[in-house]
Amino acid sequence: MSDVKNILLVGVGGQGIILASKLLSEGLISAGYDVKMSEVHGMAQRGGSVTTQVRFGKKVYSPIIGKGQSDIIVSFEKMEALRWLDHLKVGGKVVVNDYEIPSAPILVGAAKYPSNVLEILKKKADTTVFKAAEIAKELGNIKTMNVVMVGALAKAMGLNEVNWEEVIKNNVKDKFVDINLKAFQKGMEQL
Amino acid sequence: MKAFLTGNEAIARGAYEAGVTFAAAYPGTPSTEILENIAPYKEHIYAEWSPNEKVALEVAIGASIAGARSLAAMKHVGVNVAADPLFTYAYTGVNGGLILVSADDPGMHSSQNEQDNRYYAKFSKIAMVEPSDSQEAKDFVKIALEISEKYDTPVLFRVTTRICHSKGLVAFGEREEVGIKRYSKNIPKYVATPANGRVLHVKVEERLKKLEDFSNETELNRIEWNDKKVGIITSSVAYQYAKEVFGDKASYLKLGFTYPLPMKKIKEFADQVETLYIIEELEPYIEEQVKAAGIACIGKDLIPRVGELNPDIIAKAILGEERPTIQYGEAEVVGRPPTMCAGCPHRGFFYMLSKKKNVMITGDIGCYTLGSAEPLNAMDTCICMGASISAGHGAQKAFEFHGVDKKVVGVIGDSTFFHSGVTSLMDIVYNRGNAVTVILDNRITGMTGHQENPGTGYTLQGDKTHAINIPLLCEAVGVKKENIFVINPLDLDACNKAIDDALKATEPTVIITEWPCVLKKPSPEDIEKFGVRKVICKVDEEKCKSCRICTKTGCPAIAFDTKAIINEDMCVGCEVCLQACPFDAIEKVGE
Repeated sequence: MSDVKNILLVGVGGQGIILASKLLSEGLISAGYDVKMSEVHGMAQRGGSVTTQVRFGKKVYSPIIGKGQSDIIVSFEKMEALRWLDHLKVGGKVVVNDYEIPSAPILVGAAKYPSNVLEILKKKADTTVFKAAEIAKELGNIKTMNVVMVGALAKAMGLNEVNWEEVIKNNVKDKFVDINLKAFQKGMEQL
Repeated sequence: MKAFLTGNEAIARGAYEAGVTFAAAYPGTPSTEILENIAPYKEHIYAEWSPNEKVALEVAIGASIAGARSLAAMKHVGVNVAADPLFTYAYTGVNGGLILVSADDPGMHSSQNEQDNRYYAKFSKIAMVEPSDSQEAKDFVKIALEISEKYDTPVLFRVTTRICHSKGLVAFGEREEVGIKRYSKNIPKYVATPANGRVLHVKVEERLKKLEDFSNETELNRIEWNDKKVGIITSSVAYQYAKEVFGDKASYLKLGFTYPLPMKKIKEFADQVETLYIIEELEPYIEEQVKAAGIACIGKDLIPRVGELNPDIIAKAILGEERPTIQYGEAEVVGRPPTMCAGCPHRGFFYMLSKKKNVMITGDIGCYTLGSAEPLNAMDTCICMGASISAGHGAQKAFEFHGVDKKVVGVIGDSTFFHSGVTSLMDIVYNRGNAVTVILDNRITGMTGHQENPGTGYTLQGDKTHAINIPLLCEAVGVKKENIFVINPLDLDACNKAIDDALKATEPTVIITEWPCVLKKPSPEDIEKFGVRKVICKVDEEKCKSCRICTKTGCPAIAFDTKAIINEDMCVGCEVCLQACPFDAIEKVGE
């Protein structure tokens, strides 16, 4: 049985998922794991659904996560968690930001944003919901929302062997280190 | 030291370590970041964006003939553009080693087709390598250049989206300074006349025999013996997927050098396993050759040839295994297609163009292809780079010839115009065409993530340079000055007038819309010419009559509940919605 763990980060272009996955993968590498990460560029980025797949363990082959395989889905936007739910392992966890970004068909009135996303998620999986955007705003910078999410992820996956403070210091500008450390801490506290 | 690199970053590092001194490319997903990551090695490698892939390969060929180790990179369809020089350089052979990186896009994450470019190696009769992860992507560059020089052949370096854009740990090596090889004039080798070509073709066939011997010997093609009930021949990222599914329960012939194939090694492997599977993405490239050699194997009978592979597809196809999943009721989830950004300069122009009746709009490759999406629907065709203008010309001529009353408008971006649109515009002028050409000049190569181009005034490696003046270029081609309309695409009245004037004209017309991509970091020249916008737009709820016309611009910052709402975090104050609103219900704030 493979010891490889799978993390799926999902959301919408512009939400800071790339930095979040960078922090995550650097943290895992510093803890001595083999890590592979896969992301999609180009056309899909223009307001489209964005995913980053991170796999870690003793030895990782495939860079992508299959259906029913992810140990956790970290969703930066509500509806995206639902979109990717079929990739969650039965018994896996969902950490979801209670935040709505309407997509193009919704904006032009051709479809409605589903009203019961959180209910479905809670019914189908071990789901933790919190308002990362509001937490980030209270800290003074909505852009730290992504680090709040990483904090929650680290707690949910029990990634205690990683020196997250060091990882954050290495990846954000000096003047943003303090606020991001706080954001990470706040994220941890959500679970 | 080990670094966490994408395949593209690893190829760039590999080029540095292998003593490459010349690199050229035209941007295209998933290949773009290769040159972006070579560019910082400015002291060691000259690197350029060329106007198109044919030019990129030709300049790399020139550098290779001069004696430099050279690299050209492009996406799969770019190789179609570069195929002409490729097939001849395959005959002449190299001086300094040359690799052509072909970045294929199975699954079409950001492409118009999913052609399998491994056939280009077979077709043009050159060697091919295929890395299966970032470490190999780095290591294979050096090996490929050594093969290129030893066997006097260009090498096709074939990667796919998952190799290009997946990260893995890569151990670095030192740079090897190989300098430049001596150049000496050699007419029979480098002048591809028919007489010389006939001699060269014979050499190419001899070269292939030697390359097949190499293919059978090289460690790039290695056997991993495990249980012999199942044997798998595989390459590229499909190898990683196969390992994921079968682990130690199968034996593998892992191919890193895939043209010519190691037929002797394949036969030996096949003889020792009970059932032989070929696991490869897209076409049955390996399978066809294995079957042609009379070796029984199972491949595309089970493994799909359409789309990107993954471990699940392989497990289901061969083992019939499927992991349990959580069913959520797909109907609940609304699609999230890509859209033009809030403030995109293309929106205003497409919004006005979409209102014109009896017009066929021939589109092109770039962000503006999104003009084809709801709610604008302002596009009839998208074929390939440059085809907007030429296919538009052809359609217009056909309509006229057959007395069909329809006007054609070709829509193309600045970088795409330099790529191959300008020759198409020549065709319109030369052949007295009447189709309207629109050049959407957003001062950058947008879709691939902001690469400089001949119109931006900067090179790949950050040097200032001449910026080609598009209106002057059109004039030089022969479009009359009074038929060139340069407008601000955020000014809807100006768009409307230019479109009407152009549609009425009976000779070649060009509309050039000038405004920088909203995501571009403006250059000092951009700021001087276009200024900086400080306002955003806001809906006056009193005045809003809920007509939804503003949502017809397709701006992702505008939502509608009982009244229109503009998301203030997303709005950049382009004012297109403000002009579209018939009730003056949208106002500027923040002035």
